[in-house]
Amino acid sequence: MSKKIGSGTYVMSSPVKITCFDAVVGQKEHDGPLGKYFNNWSDDEYFGQDSFEKAETYIQKEAINRVIEKSGFSAKDIDFVFAGDLLNQCAGSNFCVRDIAVQFFGLYGACSTMAEAMILASMVIDGGFAERSIALTSSHFCSAERQFRFPLEYGAQRPPAAQWTVTGAGCVLLERETDKPSVSIEKVTPGAVVDMSVSDLANMGAAMAPAAALTLKRYFDDTVTSPADYDLIVTGDLGLVGSDLLRELLLRDNISLGSNYNDCGVMIYDTAVQDVHSGGSGCGCSASVLCGYILPEMLKKTYRNVLFVTTGALMSPTSSLQGESIPGIAHLVNLKVQAE
Amino acid sequence: MRSEDYGKLVEEKTPNSPIVKDCFIAFVVGGAICCLGQGIKDIITMLFDLDKESAGTWTTIILVFLSALFTGIGWYDKLAKHAGAGTLVPVTGFANAMASPAIEFKKEGLVLGIGPKLFAVAGSVIVYGTVASFFYGIIYYVVTTFFL
Repeated sequence: MSKKIGSGTYVMSSPVKITCFDAVVGQKEHDGPLGKYFNNWSDDEYFGQDSFEKAETYIQKEAINRVIEKSGFSAKDIDFVFAGDLLNQCAGSNFCVRDIAVQFFGLYGACSTMAEAMILASMVIDGGFAERSIALTSSHFCSAERQFRFPLEYGAQRPPAAQWTVTGAGCVLLERETDKPSVSIEKVTPGAVVDMSVSDLANMGAAMAPAAALTLKRYFDDTVTSPADYDLIVTGDLGLVGSDLLRELLLRDNISLGSNYNDCGVMIYDTAVQDVHSGGSGCGCSASVLCGYILPEMLKKTYRNVLFVTTGALMSPTSSLQGESIPGIAHLVNLKVQAE
Repeated sequence: MRSEDYGKLVEEKTPNSPIVKDCFIAFVVGGAICCLGQGIKDIITMLFDLDKESAGTWTTIILVFLSALFTGIGWYDKLAKHAGAGTLVPVTGFANAMASPAIEFKKEGLVLGIGPKLFAVAGSVIVYGTVASFFYGIIYYVVTTFFL
């Protein structure tokens, strides 16, 4: 039986369960509106390590170790880890898992990596290749700035549409069967790369919004549903500018996003006072909001039916210098909790 | 939707930098840095009885030192965030462009980290500054030799 419906949405034969999750964030994220939902945070941007890259590996390790510990399993019970980050060669993730001898796939989907990892982790379970798998991502403001922009102490001015890379990591454990309280993944829509010739590195929300619009439209068409059928539709890190553009793009396809739409990059910071301009970004943005806020609230039944759409800007520093535009991608996961 | 149409939509939805405000702050801060330089020059000329040229050299050295110091303690980028070109254009901006990678890349070692990365931002200033002075030299030579 085909699991594909419509043009590109995949239905799990039986819903894959998210049973454990955790997020680790930095001080600025803890100071934001979701601060009270983040229990694991540090005011030390190095997290006790001696470089920002090591700090990023550390927060990933913290997240995965906490999840494994909470689950009651040990690392050998986990079949696969799907993880990614923004660093060259996915270094954050590679170094995170080197001490845990678990079968591992390193992913690069820029800021879209969390849903990408969740899609693959749930597909291997539904395909019968795994009982348990983990999806894990991180980003760190300082390591990202170093790699993609300027040295931290360099005096540069950020334009209003620029976004702030979130320091944070999020990790979820997916299982085939469980008695524990869980959130189910029922449907997934992997993204396609969309490039609408936006080349402004200080406006990545604009580069990613068309990809998010494509994935959402595909999902609504394939499932014959509309935004009103969901309690929460949340994009990864479009920021204020990108979210606005997404609404506009979908409206042109007669899809109207209501007040149930939000963006992790807008939720995680108080954009009016935290000097983050258009909002947060990075693979740690959607991952920490998912694991710190959305999943716990789903277990409390605040939200029962959620579309989690992470968005990635797939340029490299080299491609941008060579005048290339920014390709975008958006992956979607439909999360559900069963009614009592 | 075509890319051109989307580009127009993006332009419409993206807030512009507040140019008038940015220019004003850049003018005030840049001017203040220059006034500071002038103040230092006047004071050291008075105190140490320096000629005009050495006073200028010492002033530059002091400004560069202050910029590197404030970069190191994390103040310069906080000011530059608001001041933009006001902190970029004076010699303090160049010092910041050298000092910030020096701090940032020390973890990668002296030879392959700090050494090459020191010029990551400032390299262009040195290269094109040298090229520009080369052409200036030629023009100066031609004008002074043949026309004056």
